[in-house]
Amino acid sequence: MEQVKCECGHVNPIGTVLCEACGKPLEEVPMLLDMRYEGSARRSQTYNQTIVDKIWNFFSSVKVGVWLIVITLVASAIGTIYPQQMYIPPTVSPAEYYEEQYGWLGKWYYALGFHDLYSSWWYMLLIALIGVSLVICSLDRVVPLYRALNNQRVTRNEQFLQRQRLFSRSQVKDYENALPRVVDRLTKRGYRIREENGNILAEKGRFSRWGPYVNHIGLIVFLIGAMLRFVPGMYVDESMWIREGEIKEIPGTNGKYFLENKTFIFEVYEKEKEKEAFQAAIDRVGSGMMAKNYQTDVVLYERVGSIVAGEEPKLKEVKSFSIRVNEPLKHDHYALYQVDFKLNELKSMSFHLTDKQTDKSFGTITVDLIQPEKEYDLGNGYKVQLLSYFPDFYFDENGNPNTRSKVPNNPAFVFKMFAPDRPKGEVSFTAIRQTIEPFGDNKYKMAFAGADTRHVSALTVRRDFTLWILGIGGTIFMIGLIQGMYWNHRRVWIQRINEDVLIAAHTNKNWFGLKKELERIFNDTPFVMPIDQLDKRS
Amino acid sequence: MVQLSSTLLYVAFVLYLVATFFFGGAIRPKKREGVNRWATLGIFVTIVGFLAQLGYFITRWIAAGHAPVSNLFEFTTFFGMMIVGAFIVIYFIYKTSLLGLFALPIAILVIAYASMFPREISPLIPALQSDWLHIHVITAAVGEAILAISFAAALIYLIRVVDQSKASQRTFWLEFVLFFLISTLGFVIVTTSFRVAGYEATFEWIDKNGQQSEMVYHMPALVGPHEGVLKTEGRMEPFVDMPAIINARKLNTVIWSLFAGGVLYGLLRLFLRKRIAAALQPLVKNVNLDVVDEISYRSVAIGFPIFTLGALIFAMIWAQIAWTRFWGWDPKEVWALITWLFYAAFLHLRLSKGWHGERSAWLAVIGFAIIMFNLVVVNLVIAGLHSYAAS
Repeated sequence: MEQVKCECGHVNPIGTVLCEACGKPLEEVPMLLDMRYEGSARRSQTYNQTIVDKIWNFFSSVKVGVWLIVITLVASAIGTIYPQQMYIPPTVSPAEYYEEQYGWLGKWYYALGFHDLYSSWWYMLLIALIGVSLVICSLDRVVPLYRALNNQRVTRNEQFLQRQRLFSRSQVKDYENALPRVVDRLTKRGYRIREENGNILAEKGRFSRWGPYVNHIGLIVFLIGAMLRFVPGMYVDESMWIREGEIKEIPGTNGKYFLENKTFIFEVYEKEKEKEAFQAAIDRVGSGMMAKNYQTDVVLYERVGSIVAGEEPKLKEVKSFSIRVNEPLKHDHYALYQVDFKLNELKSMSFHLTDKQTDKSFGTITVDLIQPEKEYDLGNGYKVQLLSYFPDFYFDENGNPNTRSKVPNNPAFVFKMFAPDRPKGEVSFTAIRQTIEPFGDNKYKMAFAGADTRHVSALTVRRDFTLWILGIGGTIFMIGLIQGMYWNHRRVWIQRINEDVLIAAHTNKNWFGLKKELERIFNDTPFVMPIDQLDKRS
Repeated sequence: MVQLSSTLLYVAFVLYLVATFFFGGAIRPKKREGVNRWATLGIFVTIVGFLAQLGYFITRWIAAGHAPVSNLFEFTTFFGMMIVGAFIVIYFIYKTSLLGLFALPIAILVIAYASMFPREISPLIPALQSDWLHIHVITAAVGEAILAISFAAALIYLIRVVDQSKASQRTFWLEFVLFFLISTLGFVIVTTSFRVAGYEATFEWIDKNGQQSEMVYHMPALVGPHEGVLKTEGRMEPFVDMPAIINARKLNTVIWSLFAGGVLYGLLRLFLRKRIAAALQPLVKNVNLDVVDEISYRSVAIGFPIFTLGALIFAMIWAQIAWTRFWGWDPKEVWALITWLFYAAFLHLRLSKGWHGERSAWLAVIGFAIIMFNLVVVNLVIAGLHSYAAS
């Protein structure tokens, strides 16, 4: 690597603007020095030959970084004009939905892919480019900055001092005796003092200069964490509907865990039961109209032994828990969340086998709507067979009975009723408020006798091994941000050149604070308070 | 307790108004050396007002059993209180009484705006029943309030430096900002007037799913709902019906507010015979521009980390607990991200590109506009499209 030797004897890397040791300008510089990176040699400002140099220089530019931020910002805003695909009803086709709801604007919104903007390739690319910019920007600056601050000498070049924003030159009587008082005050204010031939460098808060780089590291860690989400196995996101009384394998746990829904509780705010302060609010929306609690009382089981196909799993109880919104059940990195529910789903229906003429009943059957029996024996020669069962009944396009789903929303049955006087049996099609006798007049009918219902709870199953990485990234980011924002790097140079005393001061920000501090330090001393050379010029 | 709480808020509101006048009085150049008596009075009244509002906050917290930050009224009021709090802190650092003349009216407008929404103490829906409600919302509001101070300082800077001798883009946009502040006042006046008058007009209309439903207006309908039929007798018929996807009542309120703002603005212009900013310019002529610039920047430097912590990090932690995912690209989340990105760009431009003074001031104004957009538009317009409010 080529090098530049300063007259003070220090050898600087090529591209250095201000000597790392004494601060003497090695190039043409403005009257007031640009101290942003201590005039150190940044790669991006020094080399521009190869492709690598050009890419490096492109991404190391703050201008490019800011443009990337602004483009991402505008793109993100566009994504909020209409709801994203994940927030529209899952049953409708997005192509139709956007046009139907939002007209031709909606049509274009969909056509341009804005309905799924945040997972589009170009949005991801923007985030990735910001990541690259973060790394290169930081490396381009932090290494030379570290060198410069590490190599700085107490005694500075005269030019360096008089080109600081805060500067004074005066003749001080009795310098040797006056100095200790100032040094003492500086020390009390937290400055670390270095002395060389009667010259002083007082410095504090240098660590705040590293704040930006620390917070950029935090952001990179965070982005890596977010990327790991795409690695299989890092991330489980499943959902399950579970009925009261049911024991079900928890999806995403590979058959390891099972869950029993003991009961689902739904509560609302009722006027009489709530305290005085809430009455007005409840009046406005209506008593019983505002949800108070969604809760599933569950028991978590773990499978004992290995999985054998076709065999009932052996289960061991792990714990009982009440899952509520904001209170997920956590176990073994898994978390189960309350997300949805359905009240009063049909559980079973009962029917009397009845003589249509006399209304006499010959026994009652109860059909479990999830796992119905094939045959119900009522004794004395009476029995009922269940020929077909449609849990969610409708007539399909051919006019045949069919089922939409396995959920008993609208159950219908084809019963075959046997009696001593009807040994061959009579067929009856029974649905809610509807009976069809396909083979003519029957003597018997299945009379509806009642139904049992239960609640169903929807839970989301999550396991996310990226969370701790995101947590670390976020923490590092905050530390870096606070480090950079809430502390300042301040330096005060006091130097005697011939008969003159030169005082210069620098801070990376909050000049107002530095000036007030200097006033306190130089107050009642023979030293002349440094003057803001920016004021003088304007 | 509830009554006491409301009274304290009212007291605070009046005291902020009084304090603004004291800060106005502090503008006249000091005759004697030393502290300006008007400014001392101003900051004293401000602090008493802040304590009164703190009393409102605490008594309401006790009455409700949860921190009063759970709906739009409570959040916005708290935001206003934190603007005052941030101003007090900044005042003691920089001793710039002029800042009070701008920061307090902004806080007053914010609180007045808040009180246009339902003010009852409401019990919490399940999604809000968490300590993270307090942690997240309070931190986010403090962060935004400090950023709002940056706007107040930037406004002073711009009023001082923008050349009023001829019309330009800069004078236009500065008037635009002032017009929006005045329109907020317009909104408050219009809403309060029609509320006092007890105006109510019911419409039957067809919503976007083709269902018939009812909509009640509390202001005369300039724009009516989709295929709306006026059901209340003796009420004004709308000039035009809106398509079903637009919430006609909210649009109607916006039109009324802008209209009232326009009238107020027009009257002011007529009375002053110059731009509002030009009329304000003499008030700020003695201000030290460097100090105002520094206040604006330091507010961002102090507010940005707090905003990040409250509006992104705590928000993500709570979202992971309540909504099963730390991030879901919900409009509110996205706009918090946009705010964050914007201030990140602001800091980079300032620190690395040397955007000081006027450029930095304009950026601070845009930043505040984004915060207000997130507070007003995202809550009232965009969020209405999905279940944010209902979850």
